[in-house]
Amino acid sequence: MTSGDPILPRRVDRAGIVIAVLLAGLAAVLVWDARGLQSTAMYGMGPEAMPVVVATGLALLAIGNFIDALRGNLPARESADPVPVVLILVGLALLIAIIGFGGGFILATSALFVTTSAAFGRRAIVVDSIIALVMSTLIYLAFDRLLTLSLPTGPLERLL
Amino acid sequence: MDTFAALAHGMAVAVQPMNLLYALIGVFLGTAVGVLPGIGPALTVALLLPVTYKLDPGGSLIMFAGIYYGGMYGGSTTAILINTPGESASMATALEGNKMAKAGRGGPALATSAIGSFVAGTIATIGLAFLAPWLVDFAVRFGPEDYFALMCVAFVTVSATFGDSPIRGLTSLFIGLTLGLVGIDKLTGQARLAFGVPELLDGVEVTTLAVGLFAVGEALYVASRRHHTEEKLEPVRGSLWMTKEDWKRSWKPWLRGTMFGFPIGALPAGGAEIPTFLSYSTEKRLTKHPEEFGKGAIEGVAGPEAANNASAAGTLVPLLTLGLPTSATAAMMLAGFQQYGLNPGPLLFAERPDLVWGLIASLFIANCMLLVLNLPLVGLWVRLLAIPQPWLYAGILVFATMGTIAAKPSVVELSMLAGFGVLGFLMRRFDFPIAPVVVGLILGPIAESQLRRALAISLGDPMTLLQSPISATLLGIALVALLAPFVLKGMGRFKANED
Repeated sequence: MTSGDPILPRRVDRAGIVIAVLLAGLAAVLVWDARGLQSTAMYGMGPEAMPVVVATGLALLAIGNFIDALRGNLPARESADPVPVVLILVGLALLIAIIGFGGGFILATSALFVTTSAAFGRRAIVVDSIIALVMSTLIYLAFDRLLTLSLPTGPLERLL
Repeated sequence: MDTFAALAHGMAVAVQPMNLLYALIGVFLGTAVGVLPGIGPALTVALLLPVTYKLDPGGSLIMFAGIYYGGMYGGSTTAILINTPGESASMATALEGNKMAKAGRGGPALATSAIGSFVAGTIATIGLAFLAPWLVDFAVRFGPEDYFALMCVAFVTVSATFGDSPIRGLTSLFIGLTLGLVGIDKLTGQARLAFGVPELLDGVEVTTLAVGLFAVGEALYVASRRHHTEEKLEPVRGSLWMTKEDWKRSWKPWLRGTMFGFPIGALPAGGAEIPTFLSYSTEKRLTKHPEEFGKGAIEGVAGPEAANNASAAGTLVPLLTLGLPTSATAAMMLAGFQQYGLNPGPLLFAERPDLVWGLIASLFIANCMLLVLNLPLVGLWVRLLAIPQPWLYAGILVFATMGTIAAKPSVVELSMLAGFGVLGFLMRRFDFPIAPVVVGLILGPIAESQLRRALAISLGDPMTLLQSPISATLLGIALVALLAPFVLKGMGRFKANED
């Protein structure tokens, strides 16, 4: 956290502006949602009071973040590589889709394993798939038989 | 004498063979998961929560105590051997510890951290045992307005006072508070922020949030900046044991670290960073070998590591006596309690003394087990560290999603997990602290219900918050803690202008 860098001319931080706008949007959603609530409390606060308080806080913080962004007060960021992030998110989407369509635990977690491994730079998809299938089958058996926790079943699980 | 009797009773609970086994499993699992790079104690507890689903509350909490201390120990091993502190509290350890490992003194570094953790953990647990009943006596007099005021103090100190930026800390807190609003309002039965999605009516699961923010977020973040860093695992060379000189240089830092860690951890302020860095700078000032600092001074490992463990035991004081989590790890422990419908606080001491004192006694036992287990098993932990990064993070993600799949295998819940992962990634990228989100989610609904209860009792008169002396004092502290960073910053700017 030492600031040995030369003082750069401060610039508006665009990402910071987006964050401020998102916070303001969240505050608006809270107020919009709270309008639909009925206050039935005879005394004191109803259910709509707290959302409004939180929304007020969020709105103030949106302003604070906005000012920080205008002044360029955000901490310096290193460059980020979007490709691995997208790969992992694809893996999570696959996992959710496979579970949603009844593909079962083994296929779903294997898909996540292979994509994450690829995101971290491995290019051996066949080997990783085999590792993933064996590992998730073992986990499935351990949970299903030993801990008797039920995991989602699909075509592969029914074979076991 | 009451404390001794209660503690003895707790010991009798904890040394039952089944409970000893639970503690052993907890310590082992906690270390194994905690040693994985990038996984701190909070995530260790979150990931292992599903493992305890089927146990009875007593056994599961005892296992938790083991997981907690095991995760802390595992984290410092990683900090020393590959310089990736899983959490900010091990950052000070990594400073000197990794240098020691590079200089071929990894063994003594691990040893002083293990023994220092043991010393600090034991002293701090004794402190906990004596402080807790006293605080409980005090806390039974708390009315709802006092609890609300206390939570305001925790909100402010956790998010604003000690972080880098009060604005970003408070932003994190309010995101957590927003998430805490989701679901059915307990007093009126009306749905808030559910948007017609039935799965949201139950509210946001703490484990889903924590695993998403910590595990998925961390994996995304590490993946995004993989091109920046090359992690290097330092092999443990030479003797594992500390020399006589090492002992001589370590014991005072252990005790001083404990003295910093426990009181600061026990305050409802949280954060082990302050005591670890206080301890680090103190040792740097007091050492007889100032030339070694920055190159691997054993005092710089012994002190912060003791401070870290002592403050971890310290955070259990507000957690057990007031139900107030002041760190992400404590928040996960609270989630563990809530999984059984138990609410820590003065009532729990009265109603389930066996459980509370069994847990405190298990902390002693877990501490001893760690000392006995970890030094001989250090080779095994080091081998875990050598798992190639792609498989490591792929495994972490599978393990992380598995908990959610086992608990609630729905598309909505898994999407929330992924969404919180993205949130965690963005927060890391833009340097927002993560613990306040978890604390906000857990404490937000409790604070709201206490406030509403207080206002219902006072027939809607908000002055009740100021009429109770406890509540008025606490609210005053919260206000000072909220304004202090802004005022100090302003003064800093003023001074800078003057220079």
